Amino acid sequence: MNSKINHSMSLAKPDALGISNMHKVALCIGIVGLFILILALCHVDFPNKGLFLTLSLGLIALGIVLYSRASYVNTMGGIKNDGVWFKSVSSRGIWGWMAGVILTTFYIVLYFFPKYLGLGENGAENEGLIGLFDPLSQLLSNRPASQWFVYGTLYTLAILTFGVKFILKYKHNKYQQLRTLSVMFFQLGFAFLIPEFMYVMNNDLPYYDLKNIWPLNYYLFDEWSVKAFLSSGNIGLGLLLFGIISIFVITPILTYKYGKRWYCSWVCGCGGLAETAGDSFRQLSSKKRYAWQIERWLIHLVLVFSVVMTTAMIYTYLGYDSNDFWLTRGLFISLVIGFLTLIFVGVMIFKRQELAKDAKYGALGFFTIILLLAFMHTTSTTEHLFYINSGTLRSAYGLYIGSIFSGVIGTGFYPILGNRAWCRFGCPMAAVLGFQQRLFSKFRITTNGGQCISCGNCSTYCEMGIDVRAYAQKGENIVRSSCVGCGICAAVCPRGVLKLENQSMKGRINPNDVLLGNDVDLMHFVNKKN
Amino acid sequence: MEEHTVIIGNGISGVTAARHIRKLSKKRITIVSSETDYFFSRTALMYVYMGHMTFEHTQPYENWFWKKNKIDLKKGFIKQVDTDNKQLLFSNNDTLNYDTLIIATGSKPNKFGWPGENLNGVMGMYHKQDLENLEKYAPNNSVCKRAVIVGGGLIGIELAEMLHSRRIPVTFLVRENSFWNGILPEGESAMINRHIKNHHIDLRLSSNLKEIIADENGKVKSIIIEETGEEIPCNVVGLTAGVSPNIDFLKDSNIEIGKGVKVNRYLETNITNVYAIGDCAEQHAPIGQRRPIEAVWYTGRMMGETVAQTICGNKTKYTPGHWFNSAKFFDIEYQTYGWVHGAKGKPDYETHFHWKHHDDTKCITIAYHSQNRTFLGINTFGIRMRHDTFDRWLSENKSVEYVIQHLKEANFDPEFYKCYAPEIQTAFYKNLETV
Repeated sequence: MNSKINHSMSLAKPDALGISNMHKVALCIGIVGLFILILALCHVDFPNKGLFLTLSLGLIALGIVLYSRASYVNTMGGIKNDGVWFKSVSSRGIWGWMAGVILTTFYIVLYFFPKYLGLGENGAENEGLIGLFDPLSQLLSNRPASQWFVYGTLYTLAILTFGVKFILKYKHNKYQQLRTLSVMFFQLGFAFLIPEFMYVMNNDLPYYDLKNIWPLNYYLFDEWSVKAFLSSGNIGLGLLLFGIISIFVITPILTYKYGKRWYCSWVCGCGGLAETAGDSFRQLSSKKRYAWQIERWLIHLVLVFSVVMTTAMIYTYLGYDSNDFWLTRGLFISLVIGFLTLIFVGVMIFKRQELAKDAKYGALGFFTIILLLAFMHTTSTTEHLFYINSGTLRSAYGLYIGSIFSGVIGTGFYPILGNRAWCRFGCPMAAVLGFQQRLFSKFRITTNGGQCISCGNCSTYCEMGIDVRAYAQKGENIVRSSCVGCGICAAVCPRGVLKLENQSMKGRINPNDVLLGNDVDLMHFVNKKN
Repeated sequence: MEEHTVIIGNGISGVTAARHIRKLSKKRITIVSSETDYFFSRTALMYVYMGHMTFEHTQPYENWFWKKNKIDLKKGFIKQVDTDNKQLLFSNNDTLNYDTLIIATGSKPNKFGWPGENLNGVMGMYHKQDLENLEKYAPNNSVCKRAVIVGGGLIGIELAEMLHSRRIPVTFLVRENSFWNGILPEGESAMINRHIKNHHIDLRLSSNLKEIIADENGKVKSIIIEETGEEIPCNVVGLTAGVSPNIDFLKDSNIEIGKGVKVNRYLETNITNVYAIGDCAEQHAPIGQRRPIEAVWYTGRMMGETVAQTICGNKTKYTPGHWFNSAKFFDIEYQTYGWVHGAKGKPDYETHFHWKHHDDTKCITIAYHSQNRTFLGINTFGIRMRHDTFDRWLSENKSVEYVIQHLKEANFDPEFYKCYAPEIQTAFYKNLETV
């Protein structure tokens, strides 16, 4: 059909639009900054590391911001998705795959071979890339950098600079701007600066990003972590309590009022990266039914895995005697079982009709596991089982879920699977929040009567792979556990059909066969009957 | 053997009918289309050219959907309908028998006999084939150095946005003296004129096409404007001067046709068991203030919902509720509920209150009855409004004052957006004082 030579590297048919001179300048500046990092990676020993680090990070930031300004500043406010599917990097073209491979490789090295990044082992001095970051780490917390410090710095830089890009891109949309400012704030303050300052104040405290909530923060209740908190006096105890309150009190209240978006697209660091640096890849998430079938099993299995692992771990380091510590193994396991039973029974009594058949089977399956735990505890086989396995369980979780799933696949595969693969398929925190959002929250995306034209922009740009259109074209509100409330579906809708809202729970789910606009009697007749 | 329902056309009307018939019955259903294998959203074609979506994204149902719901799909062009033998004849001489027939063949772009209207590089923007054509003749601004669009309606402005997204210069010929002012009140139409120009579209108002001139290869070379005689060199001409029912294949059949397929309120044609819905159906008499032929996505869908009831034994009149529609003009969204008329066709009793934001991208017009002050309808630009709220207010015959007072309840803009209701209220009351 199209016989012309395709000059772009895009796998899609038409040319991507050319870029302006300003874009080229910005690109050059950014690449120079990146090049300094690559030189450092190749163990070039810079004379003044502080200067070169500043130069490198500064140039990268400047490049990204200038590029974004060139793209958006002199345009009218509106949706800027022209050519998204023609650009190689955002349509799984050659550049997309290359970016994916580079990112993935970076994560593998970061998690498993930090010495290649220059981490000084056995007290040796850092060199290479990590060495380059020493001056910044010294400045903030008076200690040499680690691979995690390097990662944290780059991560924060990405959220801040691409956050600026996102804010410019959505200059007409206050909701998008505010939530982006929010994730930028939480990343810079809570994830990056506060933990460093906390270390300066009290270097016995374990690294603690206050907004990183268990079960996403799977190491919070590790023995070393808990011991470190408890040995750091009142402040340590306070922080540990905050961690517990976060998941059991703060999370349910906020999720009830605002849906899981308060966390996933306003606070969370993973979400923050996905929404900013990952924004160019949101359209790559699969909307196919099979992807959804995999999703709901996988994410809930990870949640179960994480709950069992944490329970086993805590159980293992607790004692039997209440004289040593009030929380004994017996009490702890009873609390866990009691809590899970309460949730299970509550849902089955009040929300049974809202669950699909297989969700019920799933719930029953999980409840069986709870009963099994109780049984093992009472017959004293638990200890043996947990004793042998809790350590293995913990390291398996850390390796497969914590590192490979959330890091290597979750972020490394942005250009292939979309920017929320981890949030969608793996994050146990998202599963907890989603479970509540689906059953007990005021949040929904309201569909505007009969105005949908089934165009598909909403579904295409849903990073969580929700087929938004399937609901909108039925005039049905979107109440889905996976929805992170980013609001992009509502933004890209050309007909003003979608609106994120917190309203009464009554009538939140409203399937319609005949849509608003048609014969009132017919609507009444058909929609009531079903 | 189950009764066989055949639907000609796999657009929104035909597919909605098919889905509802499937819900209500076990009838055998076949959808025939010569355009595509699967249903896609016609309104979304523009986004494929603009690179917002791929063509697959415009398909609301995955390909397994049809088999799972036992809806047969057949690709082919029907050249003849034999209602005596209840048989369809395809262009490749295949035949298909039906018990019930639904004609849902939609529209085709209007051509008014302009010289050169069939040249290569001249196209409408309606069918998937039009999109393929556009991709061929206007892939970028080196192949297509300028495009001319003829006809200032919704499709015309969409085509302008499409071409603009690939940085192709556009000249936009509009017959009227202001964009779409057959429908829009003056203030709104003027605002859209300015918005079009802000996107660097060469908008030519009160301009008609005289002829399209070919180069030596039978391809578009330029066009000439009727009024000025000016010749504008271009590589593509988009004809978007409205659409008309796509029913040429019925000319020799027994089915009564006018401009469209003539139907009664039950969407029945003159032949028993033959129905027509969507863009191609023409009511014997207009319903309320609606036109006899409504080429709108929503009405097509409503007719599909209705005809399915009738075919499945619950005989139902096509009774559309309050008029509503929507569109997008570049970056400005437009919604309308109830009736707001442009200068043309505006009843004497209809009075307008118009408010425009100073940034020139948002405005509303509220129409009300000058005597009894009943709210008649609203046009809203750049501000989203709730369909069900206005539908209710229209049913309850609320007064214009009530609507102005409660405007905030109808707001559907995203959270944290500025609400303009207070500003609009102030303007309304100030307006009353001066009148």
